[in-house]
Amino acid sequence: MIEVKNLTKSFDGRTVLHGVDATFYTGKTNLIIGQSGSGKTVLMKSLVGLLRPEEGQILFDGRDLLTMKRDEIAALRKEIGMLFQGSALFDSETVLGNVMFPLTMFTDMSRAEQLERAMFCLERVNLIGAENKYPAEISGGMQKRVAIARAIALNPRYLFCDEPNSGLDPKTSILIDELLSDITHEYGITTVINTHDMNSVLGIGENIIFINKGHREWVGDMSQIYNTSNEALNDFVFATRLFQEVREYVAEHGTIEKRRP
Amino acid sequence: MLLTNSLATFGRYCLFMKRVFSLPDRWSVFARRTVAEVMKLGIDSIPLVLIISVFIGAVIAIQMQLNIASPLIPAYSVGLATRDIVLLEFSNSILCLILAGKVGSNIASEIGTMRVTEQIDALEIMGVNSANYLVMPKIIAFVCFMPVLVILCMATSLIGGYGVAVFTDLITVSKYLYGLQAFFQEWYVWYALIKSLFFAFIIATTSSFYGYYVHGGALEVGKASTDSVVSSSVFILLFDVILTKLLLQ
Repeated sequence: MIEVKNLTKSFDGRTVLHGVDATFYTGKTNLIIGQSGSGKTVLMKSLVGLLRPEEGQILFDGRDLLTMKRDEIAALRKEIGMLFQGSALFDSETVLGNVMFPLTMFTDMSRAEQLERAMFCLERVNLIGAENKYPAEISGGMQKRVAIARAIALNPRYLFCDEPNSGLDPKTSILIDELLSDITHEYGITTVINTHDMNSVLGIGENIIFINKGHREWVGDMSQIYNTSNEALNDFVFATRLFQEVREYVAEHGTIEKRRP
Repeated sequence: MLLTNSLATFGRYCLFMKRVFSLPDRWSVFARRTVAEVMKLGIDSIPLVLIISVFIGAVIAIQMQLNIASPLIPAYSVGLATRDIVLLEFSNSILCLILAGKVGSNIASEIGTMRVTEQIDALEIMGVNSANYLVMPKIIAFVCFMPVLVILCMATSLIGGYGVAVFTDLITVSKYLYGLQAFFQEWYVWYALIKSLFFAFIIATTSSFYGYYVHGGALEVGKASTDSVVSSSVFILLFDVILTKLLLQ
């Protein structure tokens, strides 16, 4: 579980996060949602230690990231997997090389064991056969899946995903969402997903945190979001005609049958 | 303002170097990456060094002959002057200015692209010291391989001059070869090698620094690449003066 308490972050005197409190639960897909510029990327980067907030606490199962020593942070980072918006795969390495990278750097596994683990991770994301290709030779969706395989290679306790669906077609987006959700439940990971994709919000949002203008405005799950009275959240989630109709359908029938692609 | 900015940049450079020169997370990975960088930065530069050296060596020999042709100056002076120009300046300073363009822009654009595509962030989040992982192999590889490039440059330049003696009637082969050996000072070779080590360090670290701190997108990567070449060249020229004063006086 990750707890964020009273997190405040400013840039050049402009406060981007105003005392944000949030809890990200283990074994659940925790979504941070909000409009562009609302502060959700700053929150995500603060969570993984790429930015240092001025105030607050970030507790990884009780361990405060902001008061940790350098070696403690290094140890914590080995428990973290991250999926970047642009995948951030190493161009000079093959798909297999990318997945094996954390194993080579941080484990004492033999080459054969590393290979076995990497192939297992690639199989988990349905990428067997692409292991010898370079990132530039595969599609955006495949790159995301390689990044997921790399992120889970070390069996992380915490998985962070920054806009995992950006630039993907709807079908691939759903595949990525389902994959993240399955991995979260299968391995009991604390998964934090930063998104403004409404399909993800209504599809896998077990714990949704809505950030608006640097404030945490709403917390709930995907079933509660249909009945929210928060105006900003309503405007954000149900901005399109399609999602307005979805809300009307849910109000009428109670739920939507989920269907995997 | 300029002074404070320069001091701030120098401070950042020092902090960057502190991160670069720390113990590698994995020595085996470091060794593998260093060998790869020797191939990329060193071996791949050999054709450029050979082509430039042979032509410049020939041009120096021709110009020496045209400019010092006099009954008062012995004919072998062409070989002697060609050799000394090559040893003292061309094989190290001018070669490194050329390599600042090739290798420096390569390093800055590679690391800069990794920065803007979040690959460096990915390394950091995994707990890898990205500065050490990316930059130290480049510095070690380039500094270690630079003497090889310098010696190749010296040899090919002199061969270029020899070609002028063989294929033209500007100077006889025997006079040219005699000039190459006349009044030879071994220290000049060491002087060239010592200077080149400093210049290689300047090229590798300056371009890595510019690449590592890129913010933005492709435009900024291009700008960082250009800035790294300009800065490396200026520092090479500055240290050329300082090292010449220190080593030759």
